[in-house]
Amino acid sequence: MIHITIDGERTSVPEGTTILEAAKLMNVHIPTLCHHEDQAIKAVCRICVVEVEGQIQLPTACNTPVSEGMVIKTASPKVIKARKNIMELILSRHTQDCLICSKNGTCELQSVASDLNMSRRNRYELEARNVEVDESSPSIVRDMTKCILCGRCVEVCTDVQGITVMDKENRGYHTLVVPPYGKSLVDTACVNCGQCVQVCPVGAISIHDNTDEVYSELEAGRKVVIQMAPSVRITLAESLGYDPGTVTTGKIVHALRKIGFYKVFDSDFSADLTIMEEGNELLQRLNGGETLPMITSCCPAWVKYCETYAPDHVSHLSTAKSPQQMFGSVIKTYFAEKEQLDPSEICSVSVMPCTAKKFECKRSEMNDSGYQDVDIVLTVQELAKMIRTAGIDFENISDSEFDQPFGLGSGAAQIFGATGGVMEAALRTVYEVVTNKTLDNLDFEDVRGFGGIREASVDLDGTVVKVAIAHGLKNAKIVLEQIKAGNCDYHFIEIMACPGGCIGGGGNAPKTWKKLEKRKEAIYREDKNLPIRKSHDNPYIKQIYEEFLGEPLGERSHKLLHTHYIDRSDLLR
Amino acid sequence: MMKEAFTNYKTPSSQLVKVAEIAAPYRDRPEMLMKVVTQVQKIVPAFTDSVAAVIAREMNISQTQVYSFVTFYAMLSVKPRGKYIVRMCKSAPCHVLGAKEIVREMESLLGIKMGETTEDRRFTLEYCPCLGICDISPAIMINDKTYGNLTAESVRSVIKRYIREDVE
Repeated sequence: MIHITIDGERTSVPEGTTILEAAKLMNVHIPTLCHHEDQAIKAVCRICVVEVEGQIQLPTACNTPVSEGMVIKTASPKVIKARKNIMELILSRHTQDCLICSKNGTCELQSVASDLNMSRRNRYELEARNVEVDESSPSIVRDMTKCILCGRCVEVCTDVQGITVMDKENRGYHTLVVPPYGKSLVDTACVNCGQCVQVCPVGAISIHDNTDEVYSELEAGRKVVIQMAPSVRITLAESLGYDPGTVTTGKIVHALRKIGFYKVFDSDFSADLTIMEEGNELLQRLNGGETLPMITSCCPAWVKYCETYAPDHVSHLSTAKSPQQMFGSVIKTYFAEKEQLDPSEICSVSVMPCTAKKFECKRSEMNDSGYQDVDIVLTVQELAKMIRTAGIDFENISDSEFDQPFGLGSGAAQIFGATGGVMEAALRTVYEVVTNKTLDNLDFEDVRGFGGIREASVDLDGTVVKVAIAHGLKNAKIVLEQIKAGNCDYHFIEIMACPGGCIGGGGNAPKTWKKLEKRKEAIYREDKNLPIRKSHDNPYIKQIYEEFLGEPLGERSHKLLHTHYIDRSDLLR
Repeated sequence: MMKEAFTNYKTPSSQLVKVAEIAAPYRDRPEMLMKVVTQVQKIVPAFTDSVAAVIAREMNISQTQVYSFVTFYAMLSVKPRGKYIVRMCKSAPCHVLGAKEIVREMESLLGIKMGETTEDRRFTLEYCPCLGICDISPAIMINDKTYGNLTAESVRSVIKRYIREDVE
């Protein structure tokens, strides 16, 4: 143990502890900007400087390990003076249009500046970078006039997703974080996962906001129908200030009605539909000797990744659409028919934990209903803002039920939101379809958890099916390399681009692994509490097949619920 | 502005083949990028998007990483440069001893401004950080050769020699 003194109080901490960590143990909050608890230590923003007795220079707390007898002052007048100066320098290169910034109120720079009591006029003139805002991507907006060069986005894009779409250009004063060669984000291999949005401490990288479009549709009096993804009920409350893992399904449904949506549907229903199609596709592939392993296609970021980096292997992707897109085509066909509405009168909106869904709904082939199947995608963050804008007292609002016939989903659909969930849901159905036996234990513990790549095998009456789950594209790449090399003996693989699956999606409130644990616990708790826990037991699923679709993989299902993929390797040039 | 500068010049495919040959042995060895780019620099006038894409593909890294690396170093360029890159030291000693005059002389002789390349792609004028030869400042470097203790007259004769003949 190392003995140190922090702000006059003695303590001892294990060797290797940084000053920042030691201070936290002593309930002292040292401000940070580039530091992120799930990332490597960078020490580039310098805001965490502290005073160490006997040292002339002020070391940064985040990357300085404690040493025996160290006497640290975390907030001496000298430290505060230095921090204020550093803040002034950062602000001299940061456009301060805070009131019209998407991060207003959740900006880390704002909160550090506020804590530092930056109340005087900046001594340095503002030298904002002369760069245009890049709104080319349907998912992500880049405004480099606000970038503080912390490097978090580059790290997540490189170390978690393994694609490095953005990196630092030039050096020193001229440094910028950009896609290469002046490209707009839309012209790059960016998969729209939004993990960079998750870690950006300021408003330099933000979600492409589509709320205005929703208001226009409501104002125009169109029938605005909304579907809500499985993980939204788990993560939305967090964006409104609740603890991670607070489930508020009924409140969200009520709020959506108050905002003016014509019908509020549950994407859990179409997740069940996805399982019916994808599960049957897997059986067909297993029996028919077709391309194996089959890989899930629910995640639009993963699909774009595969199309870009492994266009020769898209045949491994399940042809089943994602739940969002299945719902989109069902709403503008089956639902329109049932309600006797012309599909053109319907505006189909979805609320998702995901920024890539905004890209997916605009894919040109996603119009099997004869119209763009899903018109507008909102993220959890955008919906939270709409709820605030609408002045809804979320704390006290009562619960409300989803509209039928698409308001019921099984527990299997619910867990789509966590990594391994789609796999578990599929196994529950596939097992019962193949064996004709009732599954005793619905919990496939092997496929759960946050391990980067997880494996399991399931005995389907003599046939052993080997499955794998990967989350985070860097892990997906490892699996993909195995497939390319021809030494992959899995039958079925679930891949989600975001760490943790959809509950870790780029459209949610910023996450850490600790918060993800809470969200994961909540999602499996929800599954346990639902009366129906297997997709094929959902009565409305049976109904839609009887009344409209026919059978899984049938002609109509094939037209409306399945899709194809394209080669996007050009994006790498 | 920036985008135009990037798209004007295309690297011929014959050069891309050679770039691929240089990069291929270093697959999955990103730490060898410096070696690769210094070798590639000898055969291409610019690290264009296609050059970066080829290096990235062969080394199994991203095009952005190559781009980021190239833009970091003053000696590497994403824009095409001339056969002879004339680098004027931008540090204080050279400045004090008349770098401005040297620059004026070179600009008027070549008919281009600092940062530009002559139309015949023979010369590029650039500033660079300290050359480390302050004892003979003001100094310039033309490709790998340095010239010091320069005056308006002497820099004129140096440049004229490069105009007249191919200096290796």
